[in-house]
Amino acid sequence: MPLSVSQRYKLLRKIEPYLFLAPALVVIGLIFAFPIVRLVTLSFQRPFQGQMLFVGLTNYQTIFQDEVFLRAVRNNLTLLISVPIMVVIALILAIFLFDRIRGWQLYRTTLFLPYLLPITVVGLIFSYIFQLSGVLNDFLKVIGLEQFVFDWLGSTRLALPTLMFVIIWKEVGFGIVLFLARLMSVEEELFDAAKIDGADWWKLHWYITIPQLATTIEFFTVVSIITILSWVFGYVYVMTGGGPGNATMVTELFIYLAGFRYNQMNIAAAVSVILLLVTGIFIFLELRLRERSAALEEVP
Amino acid sequence: MKATDRILGLVGSLIRQTLVIGATLLSLFPVYFMIVSAFKTRFEYIEDKWGLPQSLFWANFNTALAGEKFFIRFTNSSVLTVGSVLVSLIIACLAAYAFAKMEFYGKRTLFNIILSLMVVPPVVMIVPLFVAMVRWKLVNTYQGTILIYTGLLLPFSIYLMTNFFRTIPREIIEAARIDGCSSLRIFWNIMMPLSAPALITLIVVNALWVWNELLIALVFMQKDELKTLMVGIAALRSRNYVDIPATMAGLLIATIPIVVVYLFGQRYFIRGLTGGAVK
Repeated sequence: MPLSVSQRYKLLRKIEPYLFLAPALVVIGLIFAFPIVRLVTLSFQRPFQGQMLFVGLTNYQTIFQDEVFLRAVRNNLTLLISVPIMVVIALILAIFLFDRIRGWQLYRTTLFLPYLLPITVVGLIFSYIFQLSGVLNDFLKVIGLEQFVFDWLGSTRLALPTLMFVIIWKEVGFGIVLFLARLMSVEEELFDAAKIDGADWWKLHWYITIPQLATTIEFFTVVSIITILSWVFGYVYVMTGGGPGNATMVTELFIYLAGFRYNQMNIAAAVSVILLLVTGIFIFLELRLRERSAALEEVP
Repeated sequence: MKATDRILGLVGSLIRQTLVIGATLLSLFPVYFMIVSAFKTRFEYIEDKWGLPQSLFWANFNTALAGEKFFIRFTNSSVLTVGSVLVSLIIACLAAYAFAKMEFYGKRTLFNIILSLMVVPPVVMIVPLFVAMVRWKLVNTYQGTILIYTGLLLPFSIYLMTNFFRTIPREIIEAARIDGCSSLRIFWNIMMPLSAPALITLIVVNALWVWNELLIALVFMQKDELKTLMVGIAALRSRNYVDIPATMAGLLIATIPIVVVYLFGQRYFIRGLTGGAVK
């Protein structure tokens, strides 16, 4: 029996959403779902005479005995120190700008600029700044601080902190703009009321501003942790290449080198699985935060 | 009482101003350093690294443009950026329309899954993607790399557009439907034109991301004539260490498009990059 017009209309309504979603789902399936499944299987295999053999946890055992990998993990963890530093700097600067100091819009524009510049460009400029014969050392000599002249990126002791400085320099602008945008969406009355009640600058920001920013601070913290754990490849690749002597090796570079330089795809896959699991925890956290802030906004 | 208040206020604003100016100078210095160095001769650079150039030495730009196949790299980056931004835009908007204005089974779960993909680091996918791309013969092709970038851009794009489409009143859509418009026509003739500001935001943010991306480009565009600008730049570190001014000139050319777009579309950048976390 042929469908009536209204039945056909109903059927169309039912399948239509999936037609609109189809292209997106196909691409996401190809670029996210399929590789993640494949990643897990690869991590349990090893090539043997042109075939992939199931080897259980061998790859995982190998990486946890690998000095370089352990070094990479330690370095990633060390870099996490930059997260609280970024939160504090961003918070202070955002509050200062929110106090509407003269020229705050211009400052916002310039403070956000580093975040937009390519990591490769930034990395290269900074490697010239921190070179042994670079600007920084020249400047230190001029002002008579010769004892602080170092090979900033070439010393095993200083390379990681220097790298961390560059990461903070570039990523902190996002926090500033994020906090400022949140503050500007808070109702003015809240601040005015506190001022009328005689709150001074400290009280105002401690009791009003920071609580208002709580969810945004959480969000920025989680995003920064994910960044430090899994988005710092560019900095390391351009500035130090992991050196000197693995002093700046990070997990991402380890994956890249294992997979594409040393042709150990399966080792790279095992490391990727671990990285995915660790970031997964934070991705889950971030999702919860987003949901919570969305729930606050959505008025049914 | 009043007088001390005023003094305290003055001191406070002095401290604030100093700290903010300090931070601003710090965030501008590398850019300043890049620009002044790009106009110095090599000798001048060695003599005086942070001063202004005595005269504008344009030859650095010729060196930069001639070396390292600059134009090819620039074109490659442009093709990848335009291609993946446009493709992802269309696919994402279609999906976002369904999420924002249609009811279907599994909507919430699906949306949450896509949201969580937003922060999945690409680095964990490169190994299996590479294996797959080799099999599909898509390594060292524009299509293959555009496909990867499109996929990586989709979660954020869908999220941003869904949020925007939700703000478009249902009445407009219903009125069009009564006039006999199909969903596709409503999408194309009503939703898209009404979303111009959100679309610009999306284009600007996504274009910036693809233009600046290094890892995917490094792995999937390995052939010399296919390398992107950022991959070319990353390789300069080891090779051109001697001619720093020429390198800086190259960096400057690669950065100018971003800075120009930023200065003109600043509010779109800020809205796009902070959107989601703040409204």
